[in-house]
Amino acid sequence: MKSAVLVFPGINRERDMARALRLVSGREPAMVWHAETSLPEGTDLVVAPGGFSYGDYLRCGAIAARSPVMDAVRAFASGGGLVLGVCNGFQILCESGLLPGILMRNARLKFICHDVHLRVERSDTPFTRGYNAGQVIRVPVAHGEGNYAADEDTIRRLEGEGRVLYRYCSATGEIDDTHNINGAAQSIAGIINERGNVLGMMPHPENHVEDIMGCTDGRGLFAGLVAHLERAA
Amino acid sequence: MKARVTVTLKTGVLDPQGKAIEGALKSLGIEGVASVRQGKVFDIELDGDKTTAEAALRAAADRLLANTVIENYRVEVLG
Repeated sequence: MKSAVLVFPGINRERDMARALRLVSGREPAMVWHAETSLPEGTDLVVAPGGFSYGDYLRCGAIAARSPVMDAVRAFASGGGLVLGVCNGFQILCESGLLPGILMRNARLKFICHDVHLRVERSDTPFTRGYNAGQVIRVPVAHGEGNYAADEDTIRRLEGEGRVLYRYCSATGEIDDTHNINGAAQSIAGIINERGNVLGMMPHPENHVEDIMGCTDGRGLFAGLVAHLERAA
Repeated sequence: MKARVTVTLKTGVLDPQGKAIEGALKSLGIEGVASVRQGKVFDIELDGDKTTAEAALRAAADRLLANTVIENYRVEVLG
């Protein structure tokens, strides 16, 4: 798997992401500066990592979403290329129009930084094939604006088309207000686009990929992408 | 010329920051506060006549200053 990690001023999770990609795919990812107008030849996966691009000025991800490299990412996605956005990367994908909706301020106004449980809603996508449908995984979150919101029609379409891949839940997989940490619509933690090749999620799977991290539940997401691309090749 | 773009949350969009400010105003004892919604104001200086300036400001608001999923905007050319 040839991956490219986008680098915007103010992000801080790009090295965690690169480490996870290298560990699981066995290949060094390319780091792509925001001012670039093209992606490296043969890229299989583009990742927008977490952090605080442009200091979260204006709205989270708004300025990064208008940077030159995002035109290349939009073209890559419209050709069916796989795109993953994590945390600030999810906010950037929403602001760039690659995913619907927006991430609003957490409902209880606090920055949330701890492990959460996620229910994997389906396993038949490139982003979830490393898991079983209904499986509960534990990964960290670290965000102040992760409260997913969209108009009613968009939420209805996301649900109707099975485009919610990850939801906040209890350790045993129950979805309720107590475990909906940031007040997101329908406890949404991660969604895909209509075509199914772009995923945005608030939690950080790249931070649970090695034993030394205390948990390896995030590894399945990357392993699933590798398996998907090997099968497609 | 000088212009102002005001961006506000659409009706019905939950505004936790506005709610927190509302609570703070009430705890200060400021009377009669029914509700607070937070928004943004952009004061912009630009060239050109009023018509082209308004068009440019609308493009700026549509493409960057507002996210029309949740926000409305108003453009005023102040002269």
